[in-house]
Formats: sequence, structure tokens, C-alpha cells
Amino acid sequence: MNRTELYAMAQAELDRQQKFRCRLLCCASTPCISSGGTAVYEAVKQAIEAEGLQAEVEAVATGCVGPCSRGPLITVKMEGREDVVYEQVTPEMAARILDKHLRSKPVALDDKMLPADWPFFVKQKKIVLADSGTVDPEKLESYVARGGYTALGHALREMTPEEVCEEIARSGIRGRGGAGYPSGLKWHMVRKAPGEKKYVVANGDEGDPGAYMDRTLMESDPHRVLEGMAIAGYAVGADQGYIYVRGEYPLAAKRLEKAIRAAERRGLLGSRVLDSNFSFRIDIRMGAGAFVCGEETALMASIMGRRGQPVPRPPYPANKGLWGGPTLINNVETFGNIAAIIGNGAEWYASFGTEKSKGAKIFALAGKVNNTGLIEVPIGITLREIVYDIGGGIPGGRAFKAAQTGGPSGGCIPAEYLDTPIDYETLQKLGSIMGSGGLIVMDDQSCMPDVAKFFMEFCMDESCGKCTPCRVGTVQMHRMLDKITNGTATMDDLKRLEELCLMVKESSLCGLGQTAPNPIYSTLRYFRDEYEAHIKDHHCPAGVCQFGAKAV
Amino acid sequence: MSVVTLTINDKLVSAQAGQSLLSAIKDQGIDIPTLCCLEGLTDWGGCRLCMVEVVGSPRLVASCVTPVAEGMVIQTESQRLTAYRKMIVELLLSERNHICASCVMNGGCELQSVAAKLGVDHVRYDYLCPDLPMDASHERNVMDPNRCILCTRCVRVCDQVEGAHTLDVMGRGIQQRVIAGLNQAWGTSRSCTKCGKCVQVCPTGALFKKGATAAEMEKQHDFLIWILDGREKKIWRWS
Ligand SMILES: Cc1cc2nc3c(=O)[nH]c(=O)nc-3n(C[C@H](O)[C@H](O)[C@H](O)COP(=O)(O)O)c2cc1C
Ligand code: SF4
Ligand code: SF4
Ligand code: SF4
Ligand code: SF4
Ligand code: FES
Repeated sequence: MNRTELYAMAQAELDRQQKFRCRLLCCASTPCISSGGTAVYEAVKQAIEAEGLQAEVEAVATGCVGPCSRGPLITVKMEGREDVVYEQVTPEMAARILDKHLRSKPVALDDKMLPADWPFFVKQKKIVLADSGTVDPEKLESYVARGGYTALGHALREMTPEEVCEEIARSGIRGRGGAGYPSGLKWHMVRKAPGEKKYVVANGDEGDPGAYMDRTLMESDPHRVLEGMAIAGYAVGADQGYIYVRGEYPLAAKRLEKAIRAAERRGLLGSRVLDSNFSFRIDIRMGAGAFVCGEETALMASIMGRRGQPVPRPPYPANKGLWGGPTLINNVETFGNIAAIIGNGAEWYASFGTEKSKGAKIFALAGKVNNTGLIEVPIGITLREIVYDIGGGIPGGRAFKAAQTGGPSGGCIPAEYLDTPIDYETLQKLGSIMGSGGLIVMDDQSCMPDVAKFFMEFCMDESCGKCTPCRVGTVQMHRMLDKITNGTATMDDLKRLEELCLMVKESSLCGLGQTAPNPIYSTLRYFRDEYEAHIKDHHCPAGVCQFGAKAV
Repeated sequence: MSVVTLTINDKLVSAQAGQSLLSAIKDQGIDIPTLCCLEGLTDWGGCRLCMVEVVGSPRLVASCVTPVAEGMVIQTESQRLTAYRKMIVELLLSERNHICASCVMNGGCELQSVAAKLGVDHVRYDYLCPDLPMDASHERNVMDPNRCILCTRCVRVCDQVEGAHTLDVMGRGIQQRVIAGLNQAWGTSRSCTKCGKCVQVCPTGALFKKGATAAEMEKQHDFLIWILDGREKKIWRWS
């Protein structure tokens, strides 16, 4: 298809949608499905049929809306009225929702209605998730109707590859996979690297405990990721892309597969994209459940069918990646931003965020907070706004103790920094990292050495085992933390732990080992007294740890 | 071939472009501990003993897998490096069961000699001592995983030099194990040519010849270079 046909497809779909008086958007993302979303969607469809409303009302299974702990969620969209979002919908409520909105019957559903000015929604800035929750992820037309693939068309027809890279550089976007490397720089490097065959890889491995941003994006708006990858392919001169999906994400893989097929059928991917000279294929590779396979060199080994183990860099993938060819690796959320940047321009994108960290970032808000779920906030927002406005505060009105960001590579931010802006530099200064976007809120009932132990256990289980400091060091650090939390450690153990942390950090081969000690560092930095209370006083201030044997 | 200049321990030296930092260091007659690296095999970068300080960078690099670069300034010895190397050796000793007195390689073991050189006289970490079964099913060789340090020299030599790829590793982290075939008894693996190369390159008592006593069990690495020189450069040494 060419661009004219693309616009026609968008118009046709918009016309079709306009025919309905009401559209019921039922969240069909994993969190809502696991709280019964599928049954709700079926019930809605049945209710529409039972009442003979097929011509007036459409039920759509969409991607994630955000407040996941309140699912299943339904959004009622009616011409000329504000959207209404219902939480904790049961199949039984389906008919009542129809009654209320279409038959205008007085049905008491207000207690399930989320307020339109709810801070959870209002304080967010949705760029990547702009269409998640409204588009049908299994329907190409639905994405195209929202302007999908026009950025790709624009790049192919009106921009040179160099201009595309430059636009990405000027937007100031930094990689969303954890390290925050400037994406434009990386794209330029791959574009300039000598090599006949180049590759684009989307990293959808997402192994961090508690994080599900990437899964949600792939499930909710797969075409957005594909479009971003295709633009990247054009910009760096690649004709083959791989999207590496974590093995635990079958629904994401299924929807991506469907999306790739649909896009290929319509000439939006595959050979001669949008009737241009650019060809781009995308294939899915499924991971087998190893956190380390998110590390880029291990990821490439895995894609090539080898044991997923890191190798030292340089050479960097940008120069020598898959099968020796220059390879661009970005996180799926990074790719999710690309179409918006090309479509709206670098200046538009750079108007969000802070001086050095542009745009918005998706976080998986979890832990001791009233509203858990997925949020996309402008970078530079304060932790207080996230926890108290968007998150609705801490259950039971308890005291905020710390927020853990960056998962096993990250650290925690204590209460005294609630008002500092969340961006790459500030978090680093505080001894944590932005990471891929896990954000766990902890109240005064969390024991910090215990939290550090949890993350160390994760690193120990997920270490690939190639290098000594990480393979054995994580196990020994975990044992020392175990001693601290069961009350058998001495101050000497603590000293040994700190020494080991430093060695593992500085000597390990890849990022997993290099950052594994971070949760210990940051808890020690702010909560050293808790460690000492465990060791010296045989007492857990948070009341979490059970002490068995007395220290000798 | 082009030449690069770099500074090793405050001395300006030259090396060939593409050469590894480790070999450039060794060319200067500087001693540096290694375990996973062996001339003739591809570099691995796993044991981390060969790490050096790069001036101006907080990160340490493993010299065996780092190519030399123009203007590089490195230090091969420092208090920090010695302390870290000691800790790494202690970690290796704590990981499995290293009771030298009852080991066939006692006296000829590379791990033992690195430990001795670094002055590791005790281990500050808990001994993990997993209970791993020995595999004596092979006609000529024995595998004792309790002495293994997972350097993968055996895996690499079997794959890259012998071309059999009988040995490999399975599992991850501390659960990693060297296996034969599809994790079967070594003796039942039909790809093994019984060449014994794996035994010769193993730095520890994890692989040894059947029936050998501690005094007899001596490992020769030179054979690797003889084979490779003969194969690739047609230089045969018959001595
Ligand atoms: C142990 C480890 C795990 C990682 N896991 C992921 C992951 O799951 N997803 C991801 O995008 N990046 C992950 N990364 C970071 C990637 O190596 C890489 O930096 C990133 O995909 C680059 O994309 P970006 O520049 O868009 O962030 C991981 C890194 C390490 C060291
Ligand atoms: S740091 Fe850990 S995960 Fe990375 S290579 Fe070493 S053992 Fe493997
Ligand atoms: S392998 Fe080496 S260090 Fe281990 S027990 Fe034998 S001699 Fe000692
Ligand atoms: S004896 Fe030879 S073929 Fe058999 S495992 Fe050892 S190196 Fe491989
Ligand atoms: S068996 Fe020997 S050569 Fe093989 S990994 Fe273990 S220590 Fe290294
Ligand atoms: S010898 Fe360099 S890491 Fe082992």
C-alpha cells in the first residue's frame, strides 16, 4: 500500500467507528485478564446481542488503561460525552452499564466509576501509552485510524536516514532499558558503522522483578513498537529486525505475531514498505526465561541460537553485533517513542522532561501504595507526586519509608528526597537508577536489610555463572545478608560484606554483576542503623525478621 | 601490521594492534595471574584474575579479553588489585571442595599455585561444598566436579581443537556444571575421542587420568601450541 491508501484505511476505520453510538472499551491486558477481564468482555458482547444493540454499540478488547489493581476496567466512550471508566467490573455489571448509558435508566454504578479528574490520570503524560487502552491491539486498522504508520511514511518519503537519526538525537531521548544511553548517538553510530548487513533488535526481555512496562506495551500497542523498529531500520540501514520477547509473555508474542502478519500483508512491513525502496522484515525470538539475556551481548548470543552468556565489550553491538554485522539494540519502550518523535518533531518531544532527560517514562508502580498500576509520567516529576497524587498515598495512612527504583540494579530513595525530581542524573546521585521502570513503594513496615536480601537472592539465581565475582560473590553476599537478617551476623561480617560488594561491582564482566551490590549499597547508605540494629541489638526495627539462634 | 604504543606500569611500550593486553603485558616479562586463559584457546574472560587498572577509568578490565589501544595507560599491580585477586581466589576455593591434601593435583595445580603466590592462607567466606558425584565412567579419564572452577578450558579445547564438542556447561550461576554429551555419564558419550586434551588443559584436579597418583599427574599445556603450530603454520616440533 502507499500513503494515500494508508490515509484511506484510516478514514474508513474512523467512519466505521463513528457509526456506533457507544463504544465499550474493555481492557484485555494481562493484569485485567487475570482478574477476570475475559469473562467481562464476553458478558459485554452477550449483553449487546441480547438487547439487539449490535448496530449501535461496539465492544472492543483493548490494551492496558493503567490502574491495574482496579481491573477489570471498562471505558464507556460516547459521542459528545466525557469518557467514563468503571473499575472492578464483573460480568453481571455488563447489562447494567448498557442500561445506564444507552437506556438512561437510573442504575447505581457510581461507586465503581473512576472520577474524570482523578489525579491518577490527570498527572500523567502519555506519549508511548497514548493509545493503549483505546486501540484494539489485534486490529491493524485500529492503530492506523489513530495515525499509525504515518510517521514511517513521513520518514521514508521526506527524510534521509541521516535526518531521522538527527531528529532522534535532537529529541534528547535516552534509552529506556536501564542505562539511559542517548539513543540518537547510538543510531548515528550504527548508521555510520561499515557493514553490508545491519540489524535492529528490540529488547523485550524485561526480567526485572515487578516490572511489566514492556509487556504491557507489546500487548497493548504492538504496531507502535513495530513502526518504531521500521523507522530505525530505515535510519540505520538495516533490513532485518528481531524482537526478543521474554518467554513468560505468550500474549505479547501472540499479538506481535498477529501485528507483524497484518502489517506485512498490507505492505507496511516486508519488502518495499509503503511502496518505497525500503524493505524491512521483523521476526520474533522468544527468550527462555533468563534475566541475563536482557544484557545486550547475551541477547545477541541467544538470538543466534547460542548459550545466552555475555561477552566483554568492546566490540560494541553498534560495530559488531549479530553475525558480525552492526546492530542497533534498543528497549521496546524506546522504540515506542520513535513514531511520536518523528510524527510530532524533536522540539515537541524535548518540551517534556528536564534539561538532560527528555520525554516521559513508564513506571510500574507497586508496593505499599493505594493505586498500583502502570503510569507514564513526564521525567522530572517528583516522587511525592507519584506516590501521593498518582498513587493515592499509602494504605492505612502509614508513613512512607522509601521507594525502590531500578530493580536488582537499583536502589532506594528515602523519605527526605520525596520532593526531588525523578530523572536520570538525580536518581544516580541518590545512589539509585531510573532503570527500566520498576517503582516499589515501601512503608515503615519494610525491613531494609531484608529488601536487600530479596534482590541479592534474585541476582544469585539469575547470575549466568561465567565470571567468578558474580557467580560466587552473589551467593556469599546473600549468605551474609541472611546472617544479618537472622541475627547471627557480627560487625565483622558487615565489613566483609562491604568489601565484597566493592570487588563484585568493579570486577564483574557484565552489568548484572556490576550492579548486583547496588541494593545493598543504597540501603546501607540510608539505613545503616537498621543493619546495626540487627547485628548489635539483635532487633529488627521494622518487625519483619524472625531471630532464631542467638548470636555467638 | 600496525603498532600501538601504550604505558604499562609507567613504562612506555609498543604492541601489535589487535594483540590482547594480557599478551602485551606478558611480553614485558610481567607476571600476572590467570586461570581461564590459555594460549591456543579463544579468550573467555571468566575468572577475572588478569584484571588491570586502566588509568582514568574506575572500571577494571580483564586484560585477556581487552585489546591494546593507542595511548592506553595501565597498571598491573596495586593494593586494590591484589586484594581483589585474593578475594576471587578465596571465592573459588569456597565454591567447591578444595582439600588439597586429598587431591591428585596437589603440587601441580594452577589454582593452588595462584593461591600460594597471592598469599591466600585462609578463606574468609563460608565453604559451600556442594556434594557433587564424581564421574569415573570414562575409560581413561575421571571428572571430579568438586574441584572444578568452571574456567571452560576443557569445553573450549574439546570444541575448538579436538572438534568433538563432547563437553559443555549446563545450568547457570552457582548451579553451573561441566557436562559430557547430553548430561550423561562421560563413558557413554559417543562423541568423545578419548584424546585427553581436556585433561591436559584443566588447571585443577577436576579432570585427571585414571589411576594416576598425585606424583604422576602432571599436566602439559605445551601440546596445544605444538598442535596449533603444526596445523596452522606447518611448524612441527618433534623433540
Ligand atoms: C543483566 C542485564 C539485564 C538487562 N535486561 C534488560 C531488559 O530486560 N530489557 C532491556 O531493554 N534492557 C535490558 N538491559 C539493558 C540492555 O543491555 C541494553 O542496554 C538496552 O536494551 C539498550 O536499549 P536502550 O538504549 O533503548 O535502553 C539489561 C542489562 C543487563 C546488564
Ligand atoms: S557478571 Fe554475572 S551475569 Fe554477567 S557474565 Fe559475570 S556471571 Fe554472568
Ligand atoms: S584442584 Fe587444586 S586447589 Fe583444588 S584441591 Fe586440588 S590441588 Fe587443591
Ligand atoms: S577426551 Fe578429547 S574428545 Fe573426549 S572430552 Fe576430552 S577433549 Fe573432548
Ligand atoms: S573441568 Fe577443569 S578445565 Fe573444565 S571447567 Fe572445570 S576446572 Fe576448567
Ligand atoms: S585470565 Fe583473564 S579473565 Fe581469566
